[in-house]
Amino acid sequence: MATPAAAGAPGAPAPPRSRKSVTGTRRTVAALFLLPALVLLGALVVYPIGYSVVRSFYDQSGDGFAGVDNYKALFTDEGIRTALKNNVIWVVFAPTVATALGLVFAVLTERVRWGTAFKLVVFMPMAISMLAAGIIFRLVYDQDPDKGVANAVWVGVHDTFAESSAFPKAHPGRDSPLRPQDGGFITKAPVRTGVPVALPLVGVAPDQMPGSAEKAVQARPGQGEITGTAWQDFTRGKGVGTLGAPDPSELGYAGMRIEAVKDGEVVASTKAADDGTFTLPAKADGAQLRLPASNFKEAYNGLDWLGPSLVTPAIIGSYIWMWAGFAMVLIAAGLAGIPRELLEAARVDGANEWQVFRRVTVPLLAPVLAVVAVTLMINVLKVFDLVFIIAPGSSQDDANVLALELYRKGFSEDQPGIASAIAVFLLLLVIPVMWFNVRRLRREVRR
Amino acid sequence: MRSTSNTIRTRRTVKAAATLLAGALALSLTACGSDDDKSGGSESSTGGKESGDTLTLPKLDGTTLEVAAVWTGTEQANFKKVLAEFEKRTGAKITFVPAQDPIINFLGSKIAGGSPPDVAMLPQPGAIKQAADKGWAKPLGAEAQAELAKNYSQGWQDIGKVGDKQYGVYYKAANKSLIWYNAKVFENAGASDPATWKDLLTTAQTVYDSGVTPFSIGGADGWTLTDWFENVYLSQAGPEKYDQLAQHKIKWTDPSVKEALTTLAQVWGKKDWVAGGASGALQTEFPASVTQTFTGGEQPKAAMVYEGDFVQVNIADTKSKVGTDAKVFPFPKVGDTAPVVSGGDAAVILKDSKGAQALATFLASPDAAEIQAKLGGYLSPNKNVDVSVYPNEVQQTIAKALIAAGDDFRFDMSDQAPQAFGGTPGKGEWKDLQDFLKNPTDVAGIQAKLESDAAAAYGN
Repeated sequence: MATPAAAGAPGAPAPPRSRKSVTGTRRTVAALFLLPALVLLGALVVYPIGYSVVRSFYDQSGDGFAGVDNYKALFTDEGIRTALKNNVIWVVFAPTVATALGLVFAVLTERVRWGTAFKLVVFMPMAISMLAAGIIFRLVYDQDPDKGVANAVWVGVHDTFAESSAFPKAHPGRDSPLRPQDGGFITKAPVRTGVPVALPLVGVAPDQMPGSAEKAVQARPGQGEITGTAWQDFTRGKGVGTLGAPDPSELGYAGMRIEAVKDGEVVASTKAADDGTFTLPAKADGAQLRLPASNFKEAYNGLDWLGPSLVTPAIIGSYIWMWAGFAMVLIAAGLAGIPRELLEAARVDGANEWQVFRRVTVPLLAPVLAVVAVTLMINVLKVFDLVFIIAPGSSQDDANVLALELYRKGFSEDQPGIASAIAVFLLLLVIPVMWFNVRRLRREVRR
Repeated sequence: MRSTSNTIRTRRTVKAAATLLAGALALSLTACGSDDDKSGGSESSTGGKESGDTLTLPKLDGTTLEVAAVWTGTEQANFKKVLAEFEKRTGAKITFVPAQDPIINFLGSKIAGGSPPDVAMLPQPGAIKQAADKGWAKPLGAEAQAELAKNYSQGWQDIGKVGDKQYGVYYKAANKSLIWYNAKVFENAGASDPATWKDLLTTAQTVYDSGVTPFSIGGADGWTLTDWFENVYLSQAGPEKYDQLAQHKIKWTDPSVKEALTTLAQVWGKKDWVAGGASGALQTEFPASVTQTFTGGEQPKAAMVYEGDFVQVNIADTKSKVGTDAKVFPFPKVGDTAPVVSGGDAAVILKDSKGAQALATFLASPDAAEIQAKLGGYLSPNKNVDVSVYPNEVQQTIAKALIAAGDDFRFDMSDQAPQAFGGTPGKGEWKDLQDFLKNPTDVAGIQAKLESDAAAAYGN
């Protein structure tokens, strides 16, 4: 793939072939023409770098020389250490995953008819600014499954396998005959035949009741069986009304499971009717009635994508969404340059497609893959916008990266010295990678 | 970029105006100014207020001023209308410079670059002190001070002072001791406005029993949490301790802090009392914490949201109406008296000039405040502002409460603390209280964390 690399390269290595230039221009004239560029470069690039280096040796106010104190802070400050750790995670995972995905896309799109269209789609996120992508992914990762698509999918999959219950927030009101037990509720006293049992709970709004729920009625005393009512003991606008007895507009807990428990064993169980009434056989006499925890299972709320533990992988995911297309396009260009005969020869020799890919395509592409990975690495080292926007304030600390810490130290904590030290440190980190890249470009130009 | 070059150009113009060469330029500017003045005169007369009556402002034709503030959106647009009135009355030209939080650091870089704005709106007393100590802020002149003394209670004057010099005019105030609630939910639950912390817990329980989560907390923004704490602490531990803690004269490991955090945990730590649970709340930004309380018909995500008067700006984004759908009660008293925690933005002069002094005088006058008060979403600490100009009853009540508190209010504690402790996302008090929201049982652990962060930030 030498194309994008070569395009930028010709000016970079000054070929020292002869003393006089080809056109015979004098050095002074050449210098004169170079001057504007040099002045601009000096003022916009060299001077700021130099000043940052100097500033990093001064204290907070910029008046006193601080020696290497700022650099010491780099490795002792807890926030910066997290940032450093996260940067390592970023540099290791983001470029490798993006390059791998790019490679897969490039190789596969070469074989499908609508390859170009597919490439276009994968490349499209590159056209979006980091800021916009950040805002998009802030929404994607929203905790609320009604807003965040990531959690919507996750909850959808989860709920296909484990259903939630109808009364997640129901709980005993005041002076209740029930007490909590293992996530459910159990009557404090044993129940007797012929005495209607009241199982009042509160906390379920009328709109959230199952559609079949009807007005709760007081159960009639049953002969030789246990009867009772489980209902929402709360009248809209009036509070509990008559405590422990159904008021006219209160609804029954349709479908609530009720178990009779004797010495920890379930002796009988039933479900409440639409008006909340239920009947249990005589053998439940003297048992305690339990509303098991299955009635109150909380609706599954999905993963905490932007919580402390998942926030960095989540943001890396959004980065890959953006940059896999970039990797794919470069790799596809490289792929086009591979001599077909080699692939054909391998196939003729009896290699299967996987072997061709693994033993021929990838080794031939290795230089391109390296360039892509290294370019992404440089890009990842300075990642800022995505982290700044996606991570909510509460987990910004956990998602911290060096560039963000630089900003926070410099502009919100008023520590320009330490911020400059971080900048210099970042520069040092980038230099070897850049050196590697430049050297490679040079070699390619020579070839 | 363009605005910067523009301002540079205009500043040059001002300097050049003294010279003969630029005389023509100055003339043309004056012409523009008087033009503006004429239209201004007609409008202020329709407003029914004679500018000369309450306030005399000098003629400032040809002067240009820059005002920096962090306000955005509607707030900025409304403030610009106030500035426009000043332009009309004096003929000066004002450029609004949008700043970023924390504004003091923004100003620092502006000053380092040699072009500070003439006037800046500083939100914290700490920032005013910092600006005065560094020699950035210039004291108010006699006229501005006279206007201030006429319109402001002693307490509001004093927080704009550094040493015995008056630097700040608190143009805008915030009443941060309010709990907003969804009226429909309260009606459905049969709940009533609580006056004490105990009542608040009962009310919350009633709401919860009715099937709605009681509280919405915007925990992704740390400052909402520090405001919660401040209200509880001010009411429970009293103003004296509040001041001491604000200045870090008592440690955060003090028993009074423990008591306040334990009290706070009665709300924060109760299962199902906070919308989305602790982890959900920690990802809810302040605007969302308001909108989720006032959307969703009879089943909003929460019934109550605590924050200052500026909540109504966010309520305006929903279909709910302040006063009918969205109501408010003062933060209930935890101790003997109900807390009044306030915030505010003070105008501070950075480049002393006749124009800057006149603007400070203008901002201290009821004339300026009433313009913005009429537009809503704004509260003035100016006691001579006619309460009836606020657009609705709720705002009038809030304004009355603020003025009635006189000097008994306390300024937001985290705003008084050093930036690194009280004002940085993911750091210091913000972060520690977020951790506390996540784990409200660990009172002692949070206290220790708060104390070590505070010690580092205050440097003692």
